[in-house]
Amino acid sequence: MPDSPASVLRVHALAVARGDRRVLSDLSFTLAPGEILHIRGGNGAGKTSLLEVLCGLRAPAAGRIEGQPTAAQRHWLGHKNALNPVLTVRENLVFWCALNGNGAAEVDAALARVGLKAQRHRPCGALSVGQRRRAALARLCAVSRPWWFLDEPLAGLDRAAVHVLADLLHAHARVGGAAVLTSHQALPDALACGVRELELGR
Amino acid sequence: MHALLGPAWALFRRELLLAARRPAEWAQPLVFYGIVALLFPLGIEAQNPALKVFAPAIVWVGALLAALLAVERMFRGDLEDGTLEQLLLAQAPAPLLVAAKFGAHWLLTALPLVLAAPLLGLMLGLDPLPVRVLTLGLLLGTPTLMFTGGFAAALTVGAQRAGILLPILVLPLMTPAVIFGGGAVHAASSGLPYAAPLYFLAALLALALTGLPLAAAGALRNAVE
Repeated sequence: MPDSPASVLRVHALAVARGDRRVLSDLSFTLAPGEILHIRGGNGAGKTSLLEVLCGLRAPAAGRIEGQPTAAQRHWLGHKNALNPVLTVRENLVFWCALNGNGAAEVDAALARVGLKAQRHRPCGALSVGQRRRAALARLCAVSRPWWFLDEPLAGLDRAAVHVLADLLHAHARVGGAAVLTSHQALPDALACGVRELELGR
Repeated sequence: MHALLGPAWALFRRELLLAARRPAEWAQPLVFYGIVALLFPLGIEAQNPALKVFAPAIVWVGALLAALLAVERMFRGDLEDGTLEQLLLAQAPAPLLVAAKFGAHWLLTALPLVLAAPLLGLMLGLDPLPVRVLTLGLLLGTPTLMFTGGFAAALTVGAQRAGILLPILVLPLMTPAVIFGGGAVHAASSGLPYAAPLYFLAALLALALTGLPLAAAGALRNAVE
């Protein structure tokens, strides 16, 4: 369960630029606790840039965001997994927990939850693409936070892992957490139930 | 306080762990430094009195080049695997994390140079007092070199040709440390007061420690945008 409930995120007339190119403009929406928002769009539609703005990695070109979560309230899962290939799966997660001022008590349980218990002492460089994605997803279980920003979380995941992610997301929403995820295609049935969709480029 | 230092300490330990897993990477600048310092006496004859005059410059330029070699890949791996985003989004202030990373790299690649300096100084014909001044100067100056190099590495982390851009950018910034460090040894060798250049090195160190992590964190933010 998240440590504190998510507040309402309000986006007003937001514009997002990448370099000198404006990829999104005049975007407004609201996201309340318990909601999952799926940002969908083709390649270059601005999904990642929007997600980066929402979590604070990138400044908006115009508009404003109310209720933006703080560092302690948000999980960021970029399209890169943030796993050092030389360190083991467990070492990477323990480091990430310590970096964020959290204990590593839940790391082993989190790795078991995403099906990586047997691989926890293997270097991340020796894992498959899907296994590395699972290891990155394990952060969601290792530290509880009310806001999740997930960029293309399905990339490389097999069917079993998609079900694990769906379970995590729906359990998170049930306890008042909120999540924003991106993908360029429709979500699988296991995930799509109860998820709001925002299509970019329309 | 612990909430601030805990994450920085975690990053510091991770850098040491990575270095232990990839010893060739951090040993390369040390080997390079050793080769520079050892080959000079062979190039100009070990008994030549000129060697004594050149000794401070040899050791300092060796340290500068070793620092340049060490910093080039400091942030590259973190940018490539996405760790840099996590560092910038962490609760701890990014400049503190950057300083921890610089500190770990100084410990791994520059402190051994400082520890080797007395031996190299004596080998190059320096007297005991200039050797002590050389070592103290390196102790004050190498963190400045490492922090300056780290700042330049942060500025060029997203650049295509960082390998050529970094030395061009960083050499003018590192030059004062080499001038004052070498100057202190020359003054000590000539029996002149040598405290002033060491004070300048200490002042440069204070500037580097307080200003460059802030600047580097800003540069890293630009790199991930």
